Order: sequence, then structure tokens, then C-alpha cells
Amino acid sequence: MKIAQVAFGLASVFAATFALAQGAADKRRSGYQDMGEALQKMQDDDTANPGMLFVQLGEQLWSKPAGAANKACADCHASGSMKSVAARYPAIPKDADKPIDLEGRINLCRTANQRAEPLAPESRELLSLAAYVAFQSRGQPIAPPPDPRLGPFREQGGEIYRRRQGQLNLSCAICHDDNAGKKLAGVTIPEAHPTGYPIYRLEWQALGSLKRRLRNCLVGIRAEAYAYDAPEYVALESI
Amino acid sequence: MTNVLINAPKTAKPGEIVEIKALILHPMETGFRPGTNGKIIPRNIIEHFVATWNGAEIFRMEMSPAIATNPFVSFFAVATESGTIGLRWTGDEGFLVEERVAIAVG
Amino acid sequence: MKIVIPSRADQIRAEARDLSWSLKGPSACGLRVTTMPVTTRRAFLAGATIVCVLPFGPARATPEAMAAAIKEVVGAGTIREGKVKLDLPPLVENGNTVPLTVSVESPMTPADHVKAIHVFNEKNPQPHVFSARLGPQNGRAVITTRIKLADSQKIIAIAETSTGQFFSASADVIVTLAACIEDVT
Repeated sequence: MKIAQVAFGLASVFAATFALAQGAADKRRSGYQDMGEALQKMQDDDTANPGMLFVQLGEQLWSKPAGAANKACADCHASGSMKSVAARYPAIPKDADKPIDLEGRINLCRTANQRAEPLAPESRELLSLAAYVAFQSRGQPIAPPPDPRLGPFREQGGEIYRRRQGQLNLSCAICHDDNAGKKLAGVTIPEAHPTGYPIYRLEWQALGSLKRRLRNCLVGIRAEAYAYDAPEYVALESI
Repeated sequence: MTNVLINAPKTAKPGEIVEIKALILHPMETGFRPGTNGKIIPRNIIEHFVATWNGAEIFRMEMSPAIATNPFVSFFAVATESGTIGLRWTGDEGFLVEERVAIAVG
Repeated sequence: MKIVIPSRADQIRAEARDLSWSLKGPSACGLRVTTMPVTTRRAFLAGATIVCVLPFGPARATPEAMAAAIKEVVGAGTIREGKVKLDLPPLVENGNTVPLTVSVESPMTPADHVKAIHVFNEKNPQPHVFSARLGPQNGRAVITTRIKLADSQKIIAIAETSTGQFFSASADVIVTLAACIEDVT
């Protein structure tokens, strides 16, 4: 369970209230704390944070009917009913045996309930809807349900996290556990908490999902990024 | 789909100096970046941003490709009379977005 | 009133002519003076427009190009230090979005106010950042925006007052990049 934030991004969700959510014994450090003051100000102001443009877009899409059922998300989900939902993911949906992430859940609703085409991965629509839903969980700790079936997936995620990969033969843990707080190429290494996603990352100048960031990391260590729908990403998010 | 976030006070006292902030979704493609095929991605930026108060221009900004994507501007204005603050962005590819917010001064 | 940035049409023409580029700055700049009626509302850059057909590719502006751009705005006027404060983070995590605030001390009265603020850079492909027009109706000559910086460089802000004076301030910014970049190029 992780509460802090990834560095160098403007999280439109899980914003500065992380500090309040952390207990005194929790030594985890959010990437937010390593951001420059000017960037922190940019993130904290909802009317100046570019990520909020996407939350606004998601809010508009929420009321747009779609699919053969011609239903909008708002038709089934009353406003305010999405509170805490994003904080419960990744989770295993009903009648399934593998966990999915929030974007996966949105697409599941689209195909099963709205009877519409699933939204393309990393598409603006999918990210905006995910941002809007995640925004309703702002400030809350990520807390997937205590489902025993998640155990093996968490273990798999942990194993991937500690596995050396790529041409640089680095594992996530080597940088983000062993060397967090130290500098890499002049930049402070964050603890790589998966909070704040979908995140507006300055490098992307757009909103992106956790999957995009993880692929970014894999490319960074010169490893082959897993396929977009690979279960490895959800496993990593679960740990 | 235009997407704009405006932060302007809804009320003000006469003579009060208010801050107006505006954020708009726009790629601000500089025209200097090569795409994945090696060819330069054509420039696509917002060139002009104009703010009016009941029709009278109160602020104008000419943007260059050096303005960041999803441009954000904050400026100040003296509250004179109740009415409408108008914001207008124009640029390449016939880009035109106009937004209005009401303000009550008194 | 024109800002000295090549328009899209210019860039397309440049590509068609396959200009080679030089690192010394714009290689083909023509000064074109238009007889634009200088109305107080419309022309705060003096009535000459410069069309710079900047070569495409990783061209860089140079301190000379920035000086030329500044000269175009200031003309024969002298630039004084003071009154202008340029707020930029000294170390920037990512050059794509750098918050910048320019504030100018001024009574902002009809008799004495800031009528324009111009910001320039020295290492982006072109030297302009933005030009803003203000007046007594602003109350405060303070503008905040976000800019792109291609490299560690100097940024210069110039304020033009209604009394015809120019004041400037500059800031040096170090631009870093994330350690793990998305595209392996």
C-alpha cells in the first residue's frame, strides 16, 4: 500500500494531502517533496494545474451517452458515487480471476454495460475518464481490497520489481529502493510510488497512465517494454 | 473539444485589483520538433490572447513557440464595473476560443 | 503588429527551398518595412516587420539573435536596470514547462504605467518568449506564464513604460532532464 507521489509529474489526483494521510511512523517519501517550489505551486492550484483540464474533460465525458445501450456513465453512477473507487484498484472484478487496473475497469463498463467499443489505451478519452474517477479519491490512501486472490499477483509484482532487466541490468529496486534520494543524472531518484495516476508529466506535456510511465522506466533501463496489455503492469501496480 | 479553466473572482469591490488566471488545452507545437519520421512537425501555436472587460481590451499577450503546451496566463485588472470578462485565444490552423465569465463589482 | 517568429507559411517555404542552416543564427532575414498606420492601439512594436525565414532543423538562437530581437523592440532607447523582477526557478526539472513571473514596479497610473513587457531567451530556436500589452487598467504589472526552455540559458525581461523608458532584468536558468527519458533516440 503506497501513498506518496511520483516525482516530476503534476498529479491531478492524490495531491498535497498525502502529507496528512501519512502517519508519523511512515517514512515513505513522496516525489512531491523533491519537486521545486514553483512546480509544487503549479500542482497545488487546481485552476492552474494542466492535469485538471483532463479531469474537466472526463467530467464532460461522464455525462455523454455511448454505445448500443446509449447510456452515459452518469446514468448508472450518481455524482459522488465514485468516491474511493480509484483507491481500491487494482482489484479482481466479479466473475474474473485476474486483477485489472482502473482503466481496465472503465473499459469493462464500456463493453459490458454501455455495449460500446473499448477506448484505446492512452487515448485522451480513457485517460480523462480515469482522471475524473481518480480525482474523486483524492487524498485517500491506495487500498485495494484484502482479497486473498490478489496474493499471487502481488508476489509476481514484487518479483518483477526486484528482477534485473535490460541492457543496463537494473531492477526497479536497485534505483527506487536502494538509491532513492540519491541523484541520477542530476535528478533526485524518487521512491516510485504509483500514486497520482493518471499523471500530467512535464516530459509528456500530457496526461498519461501508470502503464506509460512503467514502459518509460523499462525503456530507460534499456529493457524491452512488455506488451501494452501484459499482466506485468497490473502486477507491479498491485505491490 | 475546447477545454479551458478560468479562475477569476465572481465579485469584487470597485477599484480592487483582481487576478485573472486562464489555462487552455493546446499542443503549442513549436514547429522545431522532428517527428518520428524525421520530418519537422508543423508549427501549431496560439498566437494571441486578448482579455476584455465589458468589451474594452484590458490585456493582450502575443505568444511565441516558447510558451509551454497548455498555456497558462495570469494577469491583473482593476475592477471597474460589473459585467463580463471576455477571454479570446487565436492561433494557427484557425484556432479560435472565446470564453466569458461574469463578475459583479459593487 | 507582428512578432518576429516565422509563420507556418515561412517554414513551409523554407523547407521547399531546402535551406542549409548555419549555427550562427538566422541565415536569411529580410527587413521588410511596411507603412502600417501606427495607431496607439495596434502597434506597440515599431511599424517595421521582420520576416525571418529561419532554417528548419535543430537551429539555435544565439545571444546575437536575442540582442537583435531586443534592439527591434527598444530601438535607440537605453535600457536601464531595475524596477523589473524576473522570477524563474534557478534549476528546472524539465524545460517543457517552466513557470515564469515578471513583475514591474510602477504606479500604473494613466500618466506613468507599464505599457508593454517583452521576454526574450538566448538558446531556444527563436529568441522571443512573449510580448504583453498592459495599461493603467491592470493595476499591477505582473504576468505569470509557463515557458519552454531548450537548454540552460539566460532569460531577459524588458518593460516599456508610458514615459518611453525601458527597464530590464535577467535570470539564468539551469535546465535538467529526467534521467529515464521515454524515447530512446
